[in-house]
Amino acid sequence: MSLKVELVSPTERVWSGEASFVSARTVEGDLGVLSNHSPLFGVLVDGAVSIKGVDGSITNFNVSGGFLSVANNRVSILTESVGK
Amino acid sequence: MGAQLRVYRRRMRSVKATKKITKAMELISASRIVKAQQRVNASTPYANELTRAVSAVASYSSTNHPLTTTSERPIRAAILIISADRGMAGAYSNNAIKEGEQLAALLKERGLATKSYLVGRKAINYYRFRNREIAGQWSGFSDNPTYENAKEVANALIAAFVADAQVDAAGVDEIHIVFTEFKSMLTQNAMAKRMLPLEVVESETPAPAGLLPMYEFEPNAGVVLNALLPRYIEARVFNAMLQSAASEHAARRRAMKSATDNADDLIKSLTRLANAARQAEITQEISEIVGGADALASASTGSE
Repeated sequence: MSLKVELVSPTERVWSGEASFVSARTVEGDLGVLSNHSPLFGVLVDGAVSIKGVDGSITNFNVSGGFLSVANNRVSILTESVGK
Repeated sequence: MGAQLRVYRRRMRSVKATKKITKAMELISASRIVKAQQRVNASTPYANELTRAVSAVASYSSTNHPLTTTSERPIRAAILIISADRGMAGAYSNNAIKEGEQLAALLKERGLATKSYLVGRKAINYYRFRNREIAGQWSGFSDNPTYENAKEVANALIAAFVADAQVDAAGVDEIHIVFTEFKSMLTQNAMAKRMLPLEVVESETPAPAGLLPMYEFEPNAGVVLNALLPRYIEARVFNAMLQSAASEHAARRRAMKSATDNADDLIKSLTRLANAARQAEITQEISEIVGGADALASASTGSE
């Protein structure tokens, strides 16, 4: 079972696809999401988001604030701006 | 050349020059619509995700957030009107402004005072000419708005909303937005919508109750809502601006197309008139020559 991940900013869909692991930094601290994670809604702080795709490749993004929501193996990361 | 013919030719030249301009503007707008449409589409995933998130948080948590609660005794409402910076777009700006007037009349019936926030030089000039009070105004980006522009506008609106309208003259209880919805290349609709207090509408049919995710909030629902709602308003304003921009280009293209067509018609009828004038001139010259020759001939036969 993999995660369906979407990383979107107001102007574009930055990344979308299947992933096995997502990590991000919320206001409470670093957070990792594996498949079958319980529904969660978190506020992100500026920092790195990394997405490990199903093929094992790791993509890193620098987000400035935003939100992370997890439900039913669907992860959406909303952020205002993204840098690689 | 006859005076008449010269006048026609001069008018034709001027119409032709105007036609070149309107044709160019039509082509420019046509190419920009596509770009503007792409931007609307590109901003949709974010807006959708955000709407999902807001509905989730607002429906599964019992937090009473100032941004979601309706005032019991509303006294003031803000209206944000999005119009164009430039003209030459037919009735585009006028429609949005008129829609805003209707909304203001409706709010007045409910006993609410209104405050106007205006985007685009056309709306600003309309209000300034009538000496109306303007609570906030922004211009210079109507045909190509960026997220920063939307943020600026949204922040002013949120600040007015957060201020308590009962005690603060700058505060408002409701925020309405008037923009032009981009339905297709041919149809654009000026429409008014209430932005705050939130009416969280779910477009899709709600999932069966057993499958609704019970979110855990990190750190807690209140903080999440606090952070989420301003972003939601920004995204709504941004989306409205992008749609209005696309509509503006579409309206301008249509207006310029009909201007070009009219110029074509005008040139055609002027050409006919000029041809007739030239022909009349020639006919007159011929009849003068023939008449002159006749007169000479009859004069010489008479003398013989």
